[in-house]
Amino acid sequence: MQPGAQSRFTDHGSPIIRTNSSNEFAPGASEWPDDISRREFLRLAGASLALAGFGACTKQPIETIVPYVKQPEEIVPGKPLRFASATTLNGYAQGLVVTSREGRPIKIEGNPDHPASLGATTIWAQADLLELYDPDRAQAVMRGENISTWNDFLREIDSTLQAQRSGGGAGIRILTEAITSPTLISQLQSIQQRFPNSKCIQWQPIAPEIAVAETVYDLTKARVIVALDSDFLFMGPAALRYARDFSRARRVRDPASAAMNRLYVAEPTPTITGSNADHRIAAAARDMLGIARQIATRIASRQRSSILKGETKYDSWIQAAAEDLLANRGASIAIAGQTQTPEVHELVAEINRQLGNEAVGARIAKLPSRPVNQLDDLRQLVQEMGQGKVELLIILGGNPVYNAPADIEFASALRNVKTSVHHTLHADETSRICHWVIPAAHFLETWSDVRAFDGAVSIVQPLIEPLYANISTHEIIAALVEQPVRSAYEIVREFWRERNQTAQFDIEWRRALSDGILQNPSWNTSSEGAEESVAATTTLSPASSEKPSQLEILFRADACVLDGRYANNSWLQELPRPFTKLTWENAALISPELAAREKIDNGEVVELIFRGRKLKAPVWIQPGQAENSITLHLGYGRTEVGRVGKDCGFNAYTLRTSEALWFGDGLTIQKTGQKHSFATTQHHHTMEGRDFLRTGTLAEFRADAKRVAHSQEGPARDETLYDPNEYQNRGYAWGMVVDLGACIGCSACTIACQAENNIPAVGKQQVALGREMHWIRVDTYRSGNIDNPQFNHQPVPCMHCERAPCELVCPVGATVHDDEGINVQVYNRCIGTRYCSNNCPYKVRRFNFLELNAGLSATEKLAKNPNVTVRSRGVMEKCTYCIQRIEAARIEAELENRSIRDGEVVPACAQVCPAEAIIFGNIHDPNSRVSKLKRLPTNYGMLAELNTRPRTTYLAKLRNPNPALVISEQRSVNGEQHERT
Amino acid sequence: MNALDRSLITDHRSPALSPLGYPTKLLTGEQTFESVNKTIGSIVLQGRQPRSWWVGFIIAFTLLMIFFLAVSWLLIRGIGIWGVNIPVAWGFAIVNFVWWIGIGHAGTFISAILLLLFQHWRTSINRLTESMTLFAVACAGLFPLLHLGRPWVFYWLFPYPDTMGVWPQFRSPLVWDIFAVGTYFTISLLFWFLGLLPDLATVRDRARRNWQKKFYGVLALGWRNSATHWQRHQIAYLLLAGLATPLVLSVHSVVSLDFAVAQLPGWHSTIFPPYFVAGAVYSGFAMVLNIVIPVRKIYRLQDLITLRHLNNMANVMLATGLIVSYGYFIEAFMAWYSGDIFDQYMMTNRAFGPYGWMFWALMFFNVLVPQTLWSARVRRNPLTLFFVALSVNIGMWLERFVIVITSLHRDFVPSAWGTFFPTVWDWATLFGSVGLFLTLLFLFMRFLPMIAISESRKLVAEPQKAITP
Amino acid sequence: MKNVFGLAAEFSVHEDLLRAAEKAYTAGYRRMDGFAPFPVEGLAEALGKRTRLPLLVLIGGIIGGAGAYYMQWYANLVSYPVNIGGRPMHSWPAFIPITFELTVLCAGLVAFFGALALSGLPRPHHPIFNLPEFERASQDRFFLCIEADDPKFDAENTRAFLQGLNPLNVAEVAK
Repeated sequence: MQPGAQSRFTDHGSPIIRTNSSNEFAPGASEWPDDISRREFLRLAGASLALAGFGACTKQPIETIVPYVKQPEEIVPGKPLRFASATTLNGYAQGLVVTSREGRPIKIEGNPDHPASLGATTIWAQADLLELYDPDRAQAVMRGENISTWNDFLREIDSTLQAQRSGGGAGIRILTEAITSPTLISQLQSIQQRFPNSKCIQWQPIAPEIAVAETVYDLTKARVIVALDSDFLFMGPAALRYARDFSRARRVRDPASAAMNRLYVAEPTPTITGSNADHRIAAAARDMLGIARQIATRIASRQRSSILKGETKYDSWIQAAAEDLLANRGASIAIAGQTQTPEVHELVAEINRQLGNEAVGARIAKLPSRPVNQLDDLRQLVQEMGQGKVELLIILGGNPVYNAPADIEFASALRNVKTSVHHTLHADETSRICHWVIPAAHFLETWSDVRAFDGAVSIVQPLIEPLYANISTHEIIAALVEQPVRSAYEIVREFWRERNQTAQFDIEWRRALSDGILQNPSWNTSSEGAEESVAATTTLSPASSEKPSQLEILFRADACVLDGRYANNSWLQELPRPFTKLTWENAALISPELAAREKIDNGEVVELIFRGRKLKAPVWIQPGQAENSITLHLGYGRTEVGRVGKDCGFNAYTLRTSEALWFGDGLTIQKTGQKHSFATTQHHHTMEGRDFLRTGTLAEFRADAKRVAHSQEGPARDETLYDPNEYQNRGYAWGMVVDLGACIGCSACTIACQAENNIPAVGKQQVALGREMHWIRVDTYRSGNIDNPQFNHQPVPCMHCERAPCELVCPVGATVHDDEGINVQVYNRCIGTRYCSNNCPYKVRRFNFLELNAGLSATEKLAKNPNVTVRSRGVMEKCTYCIQRIEAARIEAELENRSIRDGEVVPACAQVCPAEAIIFGNIHDPNSRVSKLKRLPTNYGMLAELNTRPRTTYLAKLRNPNPALVISEQRSVNGEQHERT
Repeated sequence: MNALDRSLITDHRSPALSPLGYPTKLLTGEQTFESVNKTIGSIVLQGRQPRSWWVGFIIAFTLLMIFFLAVSWLLIRGIGIWGVNIPVAWGFAIVNFVWWIGIGHAGTFISAILLLLFQHWRTSINRLTESMTLFAVACAGLFPLLHLGRPWVFYWLFPYPDTMGVWPQFRSPLVWDIFAVGTYFTISLLFWFLGLLPDLATVRDRARRNWQKKFYGVLALGWRNSATHWQRHQIAYLLLAGLATPLVLSVHSVVSLDFAVAQLPGWHSTIFPPYFVAGAVYSGFAMVLNIVIPVRKIYRLQDLITLRHLNNMANVMLATGLIVSYGYFIEAFMAWYSGDIFDQYMMTNRAFGPYGWMFWALMFFNVLVPQTLWSARVRRNPLTLFFVALSVNIGMWLERFVIVITSLHRDFVPSAWGTFFPTVWDWATLFGSVGLFLTLLFLFMRFLPMIAISESRKLVAEPQKAITP
Repeated sequence: MKNVFGLAAEFSVHEDLLRAAEKAYTAGYRRMDGFAPFPVEGLAEALGKRTRLPLLVLIGGIIGGAGAYYMQWYANLVSYPVNIGGRPMHSWPAFIPITFELTVLCAGLVAFFGALALSGLPRPHHPIFNLPEFERASQDRFFLCIEADDPKFDAENTRAFLQGLNPLNVAEVAK
């Protein structure tokens, strides 16, 4: 019935067998029947892990990696080991702690010691696990259409290099993505030394402008934040850090000493950051310059009360923001988004200087400078390629054929390159054209090192041998300068040994590995990296055009697949986008006003014509969108991609030109009359006057804390005909608090839960039918004026009601209460009447309408968590409070003959949360964090009036609006009435 | 038999006419033992069936095959082939279940309750309606099992000595359902067979072909029409009727508890039991009419199933129909009066939401059309009556759809709201089950006496019973 | 009187049969039975037949109801006590429906099978079937059969007695 959903998971080639015979790829050897028997699979898996070493042709030395907490000699089958490592986002490091079971990584968590993680992870870091096991990964060295070997590649490259010697490597070009790896940078330099005329170019389609990249803010000290078109809480290398600091600075517990920062946001399209603002305006991206100017002038001419009227419709907002900034001189920050022009960034830097904010807020991180104007470099490279000057082009990662600006004809130029090599995780559009495709090693398969946004270095250590014939970036670069090629381990380790000749090295190396970060500052020299001249020149379209009605196009990285690199990742594809709740595709976001003006319905397909280029795209009407801005998300419409990413969305890159990378004027739209049906997980975004998401202001909280979480509560415990004490919790009583004030709505909890609990992705068709399987969903409601609504996020897991309606109606007792108050679901007793879901007021139960785990590939099976049942067809499932983690903690505690400590049990959703919005613990212990929070006046139970007595409760969301702007707030509240239709 | 005998047992009075102009006598025409035996027995014994039987049977059988196809695919792929989802986790399966159960009410109602009330007019139709009940309940019984996520473990719903020592969860209305429907089916079956026993003997004794002698001989269990037999038979029959009466009322009450026990707005309502029972009898009688009217024509039974029968059933329909309409009104009133925002929204959504048109269709078929039954002309005209009954059957199906789907698709938390669209498999299962029902009915009419012969004989022998005062 | 089961008189109207039965009873015959194509009211009583069926049904119902409630109580409080949605272990209101249903079920089963058993059914063959024309007993004739093993039975007298009831005819029922 749902071939889409099924075929997505069927596997047509076991990676294992390829690894075994990575030297002679018999064509048939890669074929494997779908129904691979478990015994056979295990045998092969074992063999592959053993043989993988021989798969790579360099002789592997003994490489010891160091467990995060336990010593290797303590390895016990069934006992998970945790290793520190790091992943990258736009080249910047995020420290990780990866859990490994019996030699296979099964869960990625953040590294608490790492500045860019603080224990949290992004959705992408969570999904990296699935990338590792993706059966569609590039698996063999390919020469054109034929399977080849690493040795053949080395041979050919060698001869090419011989030829290049004479010309000083004039024909050699290396195209990378944004890189911060000290080792890799120095390797590239050594190539420069060997081949002076060679060039390294860098292209990252969604790389931040240099100014953003190197500015680091300290939000903890900021009382006022003004963000212009910046999604600093969600996107960017420091997002996790910012989210943590931001939410901490807003956390209020005691009415007496309550204080919050205040966030002003002006942005053209709704973002996580915007939804957390106290005052948000939807302004076109091109207007940001004007807004920045006005704020700057007000700051410069210290006129606290000067009201410049009628310049823009954002006056009141600008006025309030400027005055707040002035009032908090030295304790405020202005931030401009990476999508904004250097002019705006200049103004913002100026504002911060004027206010003397560098001290507290903005400081410049010293990083090895990267080629600033990657666009000019790329343009030049393509020119040379076109002229046939490029003999050897090595593309390290990235997918320029797909994501280079449309006006730079990369693909056609690439065909003129004599020898092109693509080193990539997935065979993609670029690989198709390149002569050589070298399968890249996943970061969990090989050694490397990376820098965080603040320059902190982490060593990337592998947890598993390469599943296929994968080659590390370091090895392929090394191949240009040295033969035989050392292993990545040697390369990385040698690099650091050179910088630390002392005898301490081994100890410090071990500590660096186990901590996941180089503590020794003496190592932390940012010296390496050629200090190229930093010439900031604008590459962006000037914010011009006074005709406001003229449409503006916006290009944004997709909230899930980013620039398209995660297009084949089913977890990310199915993760609902923050505001549209769209899955599996992108859309052209337009404002309700525009839709009304042009009479466009949701889902109507329009033709976008932008500077001569055309593209058909379905329309999504998104309240909060700037009136004349149309947002296109990048990363979709991939043509050369695995089974998951096929036929998803449209390719916005086809409109993205080098003079309008992020936004530009001159867009026109034409209706085509076609309709398109989306797959969304939330169809209704207003609360219909219901009050299960309760909000208030800081002022109200100070005045009367109880009033914030107002309205009728559940009946008291003794208001019952039953014996209220019939069920006494023995030992622990597990409970959860979700702090809506802290939650920023990033959906990391959803994907972390998916990874921890073996939750399958179901595919677009099933999502459209309303059968998504996420155990914790993040609802987004809007309130107020539909043109500029206020957004609120609410994570909703199972409430584990003490008077669970679901349990009462189950005919076979498949969902019952355990004596610690957990509403447990007994999969193998469930017969699938689905009555429980009908009777669940929160609708948090999920049902296996079909066999969703059929035909998993051998590798996808490796990703499953052995502590969680893989559910079969026809059974109900739901949040379990990560009961497997509770049991693990219980075993620990009982071995040590003590009770479980507060904070020892952390569910996946709580662990991943950058804002610390989810707190779990024992509510019997009056001193546990969770009990303390539950005693707060803002604590309330969702739909508690139904007397379900939820164990999961919420803390009402508080905002800190500027009294000067409260009038507009008032208007919004009225707005809610007339929006309800 | 000779003329003398006949003169003793049949009255030659021309049938009296009631003020409304239909014959008050339940058996019109010149009925004798032999004529009764012959009219009814011959349908079973002489193999040839009217062409319309064959046409009907072939249609029914085709639908049955579609049913088998749909069920097979269901078992292969899982209920994902239907349109159900979260939040609408119950779809057509439950709608059909409640609908069929409702239809299965008329039989026992007519047989048992009317028997206790000495309504002798039931005689000619009770056999047919009882059989209808059995087949309807059989169809109904299938759906709760088919709609399970794992139908192959349906038996976990029964209390049996489980090696794991687990039990069904007796607080769940679904378990009550199992017992209610199971009991109802069993009792109806026994009641039906007990009534059938003497007639099987009659057919056995009239049978000429060998296989018929054997077949009916075995079924008749050696019934001898002895006074002893009749005594036990009559007592048991009466007791079963007495037991079945509260049962009829309980079954649909329990079914209604499936909804009333849940706290879903639109389900959580105390009026459900009586209002469901009324609805059940309503649709039950409608279905009886839809079957009896063609049958009496095809088999020329107008003398046994008279206009009076049709008229009485029409009256019952009108009465129950009004009760049901009252139920609709009270639901709406309570939603408003409760002051509960969830209930109030449910009601507005029911009438003006995405499925609003179904609600209004329901009002038309179930409330408006049946009002025509006030007119005797409609009640006495088989054709019009047939269409009114049809409209009621459609209406009652719509009612169940409105209750199940529109209540589920928008409940408490707007973010979880969804919509339900039936797939081709949903429709195949619905119409397929109709095929199953009709096939069984056609086979029954072919192989078993569809009118209680012995009771008719009693009417012939004691004509005064046949005339209503 | 070896191979004779009894003597049977045939009537064409149920009133005659009833009258005959009463006479036979007063005449002191006990082991006899009447046959009619429909239940003739009073016939069994006239022949002096009594039955305990109602009592049995009552007992069946009581057993069914008590058993049902006990089963639920036992399952929820003794055998498999689990916290279901915080409801009391002994949720007696929730146990009522099943108690009622099983009461009816058991009573019904007793009524049905009791009736069969007390009538000695199923019984494939019975000597009375040897009586010629007996198949009409299920159609339009009424029979009274006095059995040979009745103490008062005597071939001649009994035949004479039956003739005296002016039947259509009197015939011997072979064993």
